[in-house]
Amino acid sequence: MTATLTRPANPPAKTVTPRRREHSAAAVLMAPFFVLLIAVFLVPVGTAVWLSFFGADEPGLGFGPEHTVFVGLRSYLAVLTDPTFLSGLGVIALYCLIYLPLLVVASLGLALLLDSAAARLKSVARLGLFLPHAVPGIIAAIIWLYLYTPGLSPVVELLGKAGLTVDFLGFHAVLPAIVNIALWSNLGYNVVIFYAALQAVPREVLEAAVVDGAGPVRIALRIKTPLIRSSVVMVVLFTLIWSLQLFTEPMLLSQSTPVITARFSPSMYIYDAAFTRNNYGLAAAASVILLACTIALSYGVTRWTNRTREVNR
Amino acid sequence: MKLLSRTAVNTVVGISVLYTLLPVLWLVLAAAKNGDALFGSDLLSWNGFSPLDNLHDLFAMDKGIYGRWYANSLFYAVVGGAISSLISIACGYAFDKYRFRHKEKLFGLVLAAVMVPQTVLALPLYLMASGTGLVDTPWAVFVPVLFNPFGVYLGRVFSQGYVPDEVLEAARIDGAGELATYFRVALRMLGPGVVTVFLFQLTAIWNNFFLPMVMLSDQKLYPVSLGLYTWNSSATVSPEYYPVVIMGSLLAVLPLLLAFVLLQRFWRSGLTAGAVK
Repeated sequence: MTATLTRPANPPAKTVTPRRREHSAAAVLMAPFFVLLIAVFLVPVGTAVWLSFFGADEPGLGFGPEHTVFVGLRSYLAVLTDPTFLSGLGVIALYCLIYLPLLVVASLGLALLLDSAAARLKSVARLGLFLPHAVPGIIAAIIWLYLYTPGLSPVVELLGKAGLTVDFLGFHAVLPAIVNIALWSNLGYNVVIFYAALQAVPREVLEAAVVDGAGPVRIALRIKTPLIRSSVVMVVLFTLIWSLQLFTEPMLLSQSTPVITARFSPSMYIYDAAFTRNNYGLAAAASVILLACTIALSYGVTRWTNRTREVNR
Repeated sequence: MKLLSRTAVNTVVGISVLYTLLPVLWLVLAAAKNGDALFGSDLLSWNGFSPLDNLHDLFAMDKGIYGRWYANSLFYAVVGGAISSLISIACGYAFDKYRFRHKEKLFGLVLAAVMVPQTVLALPLYLMASGTGLVDTPWAVFVPVLFNPFGVYLGRVFSQGYVPDEVLEAARIDGAGELATYFRVALRMLGPGVVTVFLFQLTAIWNNFFLPMVMLSDQKLYPVSLGLYTWNSSATVSPEYYPVVIMGSLLAVLPLLLAFVLLQRFWRSGLTAGAVK
């Protein structure tokens, strides 16, 4: 960045043509992306906000054609007082509280173990852990649904032989069951990210720590982990954004268990409002609320990390 | 003591690998079984071993629509991923190499777009597509997935790393046009970046489920993900669908697996570039 700012300006006589040529080249290279940005991002976001302030007017006695009228914050009020939406938010909050720490601790722990001298067959282990990333989300959900289903599942059968009956699709187990699907899908991917970051830790730092008499556990927790904090933050941020959209797994499981309702998560609520109940105003308001939650959480994570970084200095 | 901790480390890693591998192994074994053996749950015996029959059933079920779904997914993911990758890389390159007004503000907009959930965009996209008559056509799922803001971010990082400014200066002194320089010189240097972004997008499109579900009602246009979803809901009523869903799932894993294995030396660099910065 500093390089572009301090680069000396060309002599005035010659500037116009090359600069203009550069500008037109930049415009050509960026145009396709920005056309998409406008068409499938800015306009839809704007439309969602716009729609959230409008609703179908209900004529007094239910006669006459429906009109779309400005309803102000009525849709937001309806969403925020709807117990099914609030329970969806609760589900997501609980889901994040279980899933996020589990994923970060497990993948960071595995990456640190793989990075330590004690681990063997490292590349085989990484490949094995990474494999689920090549399994599409819906198929991961199908595999685990069948592994949860009595009669189909060897897991349920084995547990049964050991005298344990677990109803994975029952009221209490279904959220952990969904967390497990997400963990299975994403564990190896994050291990690979953390492992790659650990490879970039300067070896001199680690050697110095060994000379100072630090043990492997101490080195892993007090030296390596702080050094790859930017990777950890990145993973937390992306996992959070991705978790808020929770849709595929509960949608598939809902085919097999009555515990998961049509409005189980906020995304399912949006789908249900828009395409089952055809209430676009309600769906749009719920979308905007979900978007606001995403922005607030992302902002919170970045703020929090910036502050702790300053404290560490 | 040292031996003990070494054993402990390898046990933990080993159990984790079993956790990730065994469900896939189950899928492979289950795909080779016929319906009765599947519910008899003795996976490791040869009873009801009929992988070829299952394969035949899969492509015969519902007049062979699975083949159609597979072709659709390949088209959406491979063609869409390739175009999307070229668009994103070109834009990222321009962000890196050219100076223009409000550059960092525009880049901030790109980064903000990474964070917006797909489900938020689905309803407006549906309404726009229905307004233009594109609902229930392939374009309704093909066009939105070309948009990959994270690819632009990666493109900028790759351009910084792989394309030295001196090369562009040299090309300019030789009198080459800016676009000619990009397509003949820079794009070649950005090759690994293009492949990485392609793989990211290939995976994302192959996984895509929400958008097709919203946009498509004609089963012939479904991608594999949505097709298997509808078959799975049929299976809850008629169990003869179970073996084909399982076999269909196994086949649907193969393209991504193949892509990751064939292109692994490229995406490794991309994965770390995206995460470390």
